[in-house]
Amino acid sequence: MIALLRRDLQLAVRAGGGFGLGLAFFLIVIVLVPFGVGPEQTVLARIAPGILWVAALLSALLSLDRIFALDAEDGSLALLATAPIPLEGVAVVKAAAHWLTSGLPLVLAAPVLGAMLSLPPPAYATLVLSLLVGTPALSMIGTFGAALTVGLRRGGLLLSLLVLPLYVPTLIFGAEAVRRAADGLPATAPLILTAAISAGTFALMPFAAAAGLRVNLR
Amino acid sequence: MSLWEYANPRKFMAWTAPVLPWAFGLAAVSLTVGLVWGFFFTPDDFRQGSTVKIIYLHVPAALMAINAWFMMLVASVIWLVRRHHVSALAARAAAPVGITMTLMALFTGAVWGSPMWGTWWAWDPRLTSFLILFLFYLGYVALWEAIEDPDTAADLTSVLCIVGSIFAVLSRYAVNFWNQGLHQGASLSLDAEENVADVFWFPLLVCIAGFVALFVALVLLRTRTEIRLRRIRALDARSARA
Repeated sequence: MIALLRRDLQLAVRAGGGFGLGLAFFLIVIVLVPFGVGPEQTVLARIAPGILWVAALLSALLSLDRIFALDAEDGSLALLATAPIPLEGVAVVKAAAHWLTSGLPLVLAAPVLGAMLSLPPPAYATLVLSLLVGTPALSMIGTFGAALTVGLRRGGLLLSLLVLPLYVPTLIFGAEAVRRAADGLPATAPLILTAAISAGTFALMPFAAAAGLRVNLR
Repeated sequence: MSLWEYANPRKFMAWTAPVLPWAFGLAAVSLTVGLVWGFFFTPDDFRQGSTVKIIYLHVPAALMAINAWFMMLVASVIWLVRRHHVSALAARAAAPVGITMTLMALFTGAVWGSPMWGTWWAWDPRLTSFLILFLFYLGYVALWEAIEDPDTAADLTSVLCIVGSIFAVLSRYAVNFWNQGLHQGASLSLDAEENVADVFWFPLLVCIAGFVALFVALVLLRTRTEIRLRRIRALDARSARA
């Protein structure tokens, strides 16, 4: 499993495009928002938590179809299916690799972008924390969606239609945590719920993702 | 002799053929009775005026929108466990009916909300969860349409339906957390203290029965169509080989 994780990470970093793309997309969305709603600090501060979370969601979505598509093309997915680790394990590793290459950079970049949207200072820690515990859920749910659509040639658009509704609870709790922190309220409850969704998806979704992979490899 | 024998496509076609006209008849009769009774022979509400009569379409449609998804969930589980093709086809057949019911509930709700709340749409937990349910339906149908091989499609949509159900319930309670609602609480429960008054309650029951019958009839009809489609495809494949 560790070998697979290292392979995926190396592929993402070296084989062009995947690694920085999500982060750049995140940045662009954040930059576009003030053009859309105007540069007033109060307005931006008010919508910053939601915008940051929605942007994180969209940039996670961007790289989802790469999770299995390339492996399915060159046949390494079939090899993984016959490998000694179960497909559920493969799904977990794939989700972890996706998170390390797309989720973690967002977590690290979020405070800077929060500053650009004039997010109130008390919310920074919560923003980082909520993304840290929330983005793994995005990766895992996305891995499930990618497993469902891996057999399709133009699965990208369908993938977003399938995955985005599944992102709703994570988004609600994650953004709510940041919003509460921005208003000076305690944000522990939504943070814990966000973490619970991540933990729950990592516990259960691999089975669904592996089921989808098995059907597609049949 | 067990219940599962009725899932054999041939048996299914045999027993649904006589049931179908009865289901449609029951739907027609109870909808006519319920709607005419509700629209013309009940008093106006003392606060809502005549707009209260939207309830006869809104509540049954919303009820069936949720139950259609639930039926799809049950059918999907049956397909995954027992591999009855009719079950997968029934789930497929129910989805567009469920979408229609969801849209109907959303639309009648907007028409009702406009005079009562002063807005067509509010980000109320119930309204929002229905919109999310609508998106789930869309994804489900899109996945069915996208995959060519019918068994693969049935498997994948079943998995999606199960996962989607969990997330639909999760979203339902998550949105409660996120915003407070304009929509009234449950007022048709049998055990609640305060409910809809009996004058509205009885025609509403008839309407609900009508919607249930209509749903059953439409799903049976659509499942029969799917089975026939499957047969035609099998015949085509056979004649192409010959």
